[in-house]
Amino acid sequence: MGFTANAPASINSPEPRGFESYDTEGFFDEMFQPNGRPRPHSRPLVKRITGLSEGDLLRRQRSAELALLNMGITFNSAGSGPERIFPFDLIPRIVEANDWTRIEAGLVQRIQALNLFLDDIYNAQRILKAGIIPDYVIQSSKSFLPQCVGLKPRHGLWCHIAGSDLVRDLDGQFYVLEDNLRCPSGVSYVLENRQVMKRTFPQVFAECRVRPVDNYSTRLLETLQHLAPMGISSPTVAVLTPGIHNSAYFEHSYLAQQMGVELVEGTDLLADDGYVYMRTTRGLRRVDVIYRRIDDMFLDPKTFNPDSMLGVPGIMDVYRAGRLGLANAPGTGVADDKVVYAYVPQIIKYYLGEDAILPNVPTYLCWEEKDRLHVLANLDKLVVKPANESGGYGMMVGPHATPQMRSEFAEHIKANPRNYIAQPTLALSRAPIIVQDHFEGRHVDLRPFTLLGRDTYVMPGGLTRAALTKGSLIVNSSQGGGSKDTWVLSE
Amino acid sequence: MLSRVANSIYWMHRYIERAENVARFIDANLNLTLDLLPGSEEQWEPLILTLADMPLFKSRYDEPSRANVIEFLTFDPENPNSILSCLKMARQNARAVRDAISSEMWEQVNTFYLFVAAYSHRELQAGDTHTFFNRIKIQSHLFRGITDDTMSHGEGWHFGQLGRNLERADKTCRLLDVKYFILLPSPIEVGSPFDALQWKALLTSTSAFEMFRKRHGRITPNRVAEFLILDRHFPRAICHCLAVGQDSLHQITGSRVGTFDNPAEQHLGLVCSQLNFARIEEIVSFGLHQFLDNIQVQLNLIGQAIFDNFFAQQPVEDLDSHRRAWTISQSAGNLMTRTAGGKE
Repeated sequence: MGFTANAPASINSPEPRGFESYDTEGFFDEMFQPNGRPRPHSRPLVKRITGLSEGDLLRRQRSAELALLNMGITFNSAGSGPERIFPFDLIPRIVEANDWTRIEAGLVQRIQALNLFLDDIYNAQRILKAGIIPDYVIQSSKSFLPQCVGLKPRHGLWCHIAGSDLVRDLDGQFYVLEDNLRCPSGVSYVLENRQVMKRTFPQVFAECRVRPVDNYSTRLLETLQHLAPMGISSPTVAVLTPGIHNSAYFEHSYLAQQMGVELVEGTDLLADDGYVYMRTTRGLRRVDVIYRRIDDMFLDPKTFNPDSMLGVPGIMDVYRAGRLGLANAPGTGVADDKVVYAYVPQIIKYYLGEDAILPNVPTYLCWEEKDRLHVLANLDKLVVKPANESGGYGMMVGPHATPQMRSEFAEHIKANPRNYIAQPTLALSRAPIIVQDHFEGRHVDLRPFTLLGRDTYVMPGGLTRAALTKGSLIVNSSQGGGSKDTWVLSE
Repeated sequence: MLSRVANSIYWMHRYIERAENVARFIDANLNLTLDLLPGSEEQWEPLILTLADMPLFKSRYDEPSRANVIEFLTFDPENPNSILSCLKMARQNARAVRDAISSEMWEQVNTFYLFVAAYSHRELQAGDTHTFFNRIKIQSHLFRGITDDTMSHGEGWHFGQLGRNLERADKTCRLLDVKYFILLPSPIEVGSPFDALQWKALLTSTSAFEMFRKRHGRITPNRVAEFLILDRHFPRAICHCLAVGQDSLHQITGSRVGTFDNPAEQHLGLVCSQLNFARIEEIVSFGLHQFLDNIQVQLNLIGQAIFDNFFAQQPVEDLDSHRRAWTISQSAGNLMTRTAGGKE
């Protein structure tokens, strides 16, 4: 990503290199129109970039990378190698005010409907009785947790923090690819990327009227405080992390720091006497709300995975008794099951009586025979995904797969049809990134973050992830993706 | 404050202080070697005695040459007290408490580590050495300044002060002990003719030379020992370090200095009061080495008592507890009591 090789820095170059050789290659490009002209909202940025000398852009990219390194936003590649920053590209991705208005409305609608769904599915199950979703789908879902049946989370809210993945197809239409209602990560990169961009590109930033994202940590704290048990006016909030070796540890510590709350590990907490406490230098202190960043299955060895070393034995009893707020509630993963995802438009219709504002990507459910036959016959055209994985693991992009991989996946699907879904291979939209001394288009997605508390807040921005390999459709950071700042423009 | 967090802040400061001390000692020794008479031998072995583990060194290197000792004390990842190891641990502790310290502090620990780590991959050139070790000292000063200016001076900050000052007292104590041990092996010889350069190097490595001159003028072994043990105003003198540490400990607990509520306060108070009322002549006639040895034992006891009282959980990695044999003083804190096991 960026200027990794030693590109010659010709500071005095009379003709600064710009986008003249940039080719959208028939894809929907976030910055340029098919005729090669910048989209109207991108004009000030394009003008500014082409006005920079090549050496200047190189210098800014390097200084941004150094800032990220010094901030310690790094990961170890394959164990003991040198630390590297998460790849970051200096060219921001811009979202127009009109597009954003629709995205925002669509995300608010989804998180509200999905919360109603979660509360229903773990209690009355009206939606199953109404025949909107087949019983089988829920019964067979690995993410449906029987331990959560009958739970009554505070305010009836289950998912307080969501980070949906949105993609754009050839026509520029936004689709929801995943809802991510468990522990979506990446928001700290949004906030830190923005800090770096403000340092490295101050003028353009002011010119473009970019909406601020800095309010997120305040809104997150309010969302968490809202979950305090009844009668507690100034609750003690903590962020629960698996520890410094977790790949998202930076984010956990960053959010705790930005909110001014404690960052705790499982061993810092204990459930005793009907309450959860943390061990402090002055003895035990009660904790009222936990933003937990460990998976459901590790949360409480007495309720879930008995081998968990990360969780707090007995914490679920305190939660059930209403003496602790947890964000997100355990059990939300059932709505992330990609088979359940396929029903979200019906879920919205059922609970809200509205049509989905943001469409799903059309999804074939392999457990249904008609769909399965279609999928098996079209493996070279479809993307096949396991129903319960995230992070881009275990999936197959049909058009890019070898015949051997396709036949392996055909066997997987036949052996366990419930565990697979398939979607058409989208021609994901692209955005320019800096590659050595020029720009190239790369496929991108967008992960905005939604908070649901007293009201619903969609942070105007989000994590734009870019595939770093030319032509690749996989943008996940665990699969070598990089990130960009996302500029949502004011109207 | 979380016990784990207090523990990590305490160790983060200790490790950074330790790294700075290692750099100081190497730099002072390098400086000293330039003044040696032709034909006399460079002395690198005492540095290992002061700062690390001799058996570990011997298992990894054949002779205590300048290059071997500098490599061992600066970059060797197998030496838990090398500068690089200390900074790695400081950074790991800082990472574990990022939310409790300021971003500026974290960035400083991080850039400090990255700076030394970058050097570990290339040969340290002879011409760079002074600049390199001096930069380490300055990075540590920077960390201290940033800490003082960006972190609230509350409980966490006081745990940091406590850790830093106990570490510093320990290092000054060891340095003095080894220098006396090498230069003047028997207590009777204290006060006999000495090599002025060696004493000056000792003062320089603790940045004490100029302040010593202002206070005492002429360099004599007794005055050097007095300055580094009993001076109340010099920031690296044992008495001063422990007084500052004591103040922070009482700020944490809320009890008055001069009283105690827990074993840590009791031990530290006992040592402080003896240092406050001791005279160097008594110490020398009692036996300087034995006296310093007793201080080390007491510092270990204080460290253990702090751990038991406030942390009671293992830190990220408590390297010291593996290394130091635990000895309970039979003298109940009296620094002027002979104990078994001290090297006479």
